[in-house]
Amino acid sequence: MTRLRPLMGLLMLIGTLTASLLGGLSASPAQAAACKPADPTLPYIVEGTLLNNGETPLKGVQVNLTGNGVDTCVLSDENGYFMLTVANPAKYTVSIEKSTLPSGVGVDPADQASQVVDLTATSDQGVIFPLGVVADTSVSFGAQLADRLFNGLNMGLLLALASIGISLIFGTTGFSNFAHGDMVSLGAMLTWMLTQVVGLPILAAGAIAIVAVGASAWLQDAAIWRPLRKRRLGLNQMMIVSIGFSIVFRYLILIFFGGDTKDLGSSTDPVSWMGPITTTNTSLIGMGISAVALAGVALFLTRTRVGKATRAVSDNAALAASTGIDVERIIRIVWVLAGLLTGLAGVLWGLRYQANWSTGFDILLLLFASTTLGGLGTSLGTAVGAIIIGLVVETSALVIPTDLTYASALFILILVLLVRPQGILGKKQRLG
Amino acid sequence: MDLLAALQSSFGELITAGTAAFVLCAIGLAIHFGFTGLLNFGQAAFAAVGAYGYAIASLDWQAPLVIAVLFGLFCAVVFAVLLGIPTLRLRADYLAIVTIAAAQVVKFVATSSAITYPDGTVITGGAEGLSEFGGTFYSLNPIPAGDYRIFGNSLTQDQIWVDIVGWVLVVICALFTYFLTRSPWGRALKGIREDEDAVRSLGKNVYVYKMQALILGGCMAALGGMVFVMNSQTVQPTVWGTNFTFTIWTVLLLGGATTVLGPIVGGIVFFALFAFIQKVLEGMVALHWLGTLSIPQVGQIRLILVGLALMLLVIFRPQGLFGNKKETLFNG
Repeated sequence: MTRLRPLMGLLMLIGTLTASLLGGLSASPAQAAACKPADPTLPYIVEGTLLNNGETPLKGVQVNLTGNGVDTCVLSDENGYFMLTVANPAKYTVSIEKSTLPSGVGVDPADQASQVVDLTATSDQGVIFPLGVVADTSVSFGAQLADRLFNGLNMGLLLALASIGISLIFGTTGFSNFAHGDMVSLGAMLTWMLTQVVGLPILAAGAIAIVAVGASAWLQDAAIWRPLRKRRLGLNQMMIVSIGFSIVFRYLILIFFGGDTKDLGSSTDPVSWMGPITTTNTSLIGMGISAVALAGVALFLTRTRVGKATRAVSDNAALAASTGIDVERIIRIVWVLAGLLTGLAGVLWGLRYQANWSTGFDILLLLFASTTLGGLGTSLGTAVGAIIIGLVVETSALVIPTDLTYASALFILILVLLVRPQGILGKKQRLG
Repeated sequence: MDLLAALQSSFGELITAGTAAFVLCAIGLAIHFGFTGLLNFGQAAFAAVGAYGYAIASLDWQAPLVIAVLFGLFCAVVFAVLLGIPTLRLRADYLAIVTIAAAQVVKFVATSSAITYPDGTVITGGAEGLSEFGGTFYSLNPIPAGDYRIFGNSLTQDQIWVDIVGWVLVVICALFTYFLTRSPWGRALKGIREDEDAVRSLGKNVYVYKMQALILGGCMAALGGMVFVMNSQTVQPTVWGTNFTFTIWTVLLLGGATTVLGPIVGGIVFFALFAFIQKVLEGMVALHWLGTLSIPQVGQIRLILVGLALMLLVIFRPQGLFGNKKETLFNG
């Protein structure tokens, strides 16, 4: 009977998700019904011209207008012009019927395919649909999947860099650090300042940022966490302290660097030789660096004396101490290593996706999902978990709306906790 | 700098429904954390679910007040069960991670315009949110219309009505919690907080107790959420961020997590201080005492102070203003 409970929970969850998905699907208006030309006697007008790439007029494209009890549509003429009229002033939603666009043409950015027009203040409102050649409508599902998988791998590698730090710290001290994500933001913001404000080349700026984040990690351990370990503060209490610290950290970054999203100046030109995969040279180099860094961590943990000592402390700190390992020194090394890796993740994340003061906190959910999936406290499992999370978040965009892709990470998190709470590579005893 | 104005503003803040809303959430969190030892970092999501449930029921089904409130509470119950099933059997930090993640997802879902009715209107109102859903509530307002002045703060009859209802709910929830925690059920909760295995060995089903506590505290947060949105009659997704949750935590830890009176006193002290510091900092900015800082940055500095308060309270005074230090040393 007790085995059934998690299953029922899972079923409920799937039920809710399916319901919300179906709700989303049924929303797309399926009326290909004949559209009549607008009634010119009505006083309120919505008009616009549909131009592909701002040049070629598009004829026969259906534009829908809904809201305030009105549901009407019209087809664009040979000049790409369309006009819709309504009787009453209100807010209406004007949307373009994507199936009537020529193949290969789409609205870019896609969320502009549906726009709200406000006719309460004016009687004539123009609407611009940014149309252009968009990959999504012309590319086969396989090619889209390949693109998503590649970019998912890219994201997964960056998540792995950042989450291994959480995992190492958890492994050696048992403490889940909720202020970890903010080190990602710090790395990205420092790189922005050093490249865009100071004007250093990216390699020098990145290196300085990584070292600075590593130093900040050492400082955090020395100033906060080591004294608290000495006071024997409980782990749950330390977790709450880390949340308080995360607020302080995040808002200091905000006050110092400002609230806007920073472009780190990386080139956005796509590389041409990757077929259906859109990526940039910056991203490719970033992926290479991440892979090398991850391999380095793996070698460090399995081949060096300090790495072996780290794993010994993770297994059993008291036993490790009794064999002559200086546990506090290992924890210090782990903190600095975690800081360096997270700083690197911040630099690369900023170059790949841009960043702002709360970027690190926004991806904290993904980082914790990665560590849990891989098995809390197992570093290599975390890397595997991070790559899976990256792949799922990117590919889920093919099925669910893009603004909900991060939610898929939570779905995996809950699934893992139901089925295999110790994670992929975790040991069962760590459950507690 | 006008210290009197600052004091007036703190007093005004102290009696508002907004403070009552946070106190309600904090009483719920006291049941979760203080009495049962559950680390819930998603209390804002419970409040959001309650507020959205109420608003959707009132707006879309024209539900009467009681039904709308019950629907908001029902949403919170469902949310608690969904969170509890995978996490309550595991170590405490799993609940912490899942609740903080779930709270973010609730915010994503509320912001997203993807979940719609068949006719295309977004159920949660998307980024704009929902508004003007308080009709059934304000139609019950017995206070005659007019402009009331209380200690220099000007209030309309509707504001006073929300404030009264908010604080009455606080009193009801606090009394309820007081008697509950002195019942056999409450003693079992405290037993779980101190030593889960000991309670299990007495034949109690720890999982069911934890689930009940999660649901109960979640419902109080849902009530808090409804009170919170009632004054402005708008519910928007950005409000229910992590700052909301951590403010609740600070209120709770300030007053004392293992007491019933703690959240109430914590809330009053916190918001009075919060408003006072805001005014004082703004005054100092106006006098150019703080260098290049601007007025919007004052809000950010206040949040830094919240974070610092949270850290220092846990480290140096885990029992808060009230509370027995022995009771706060548990570690789930």
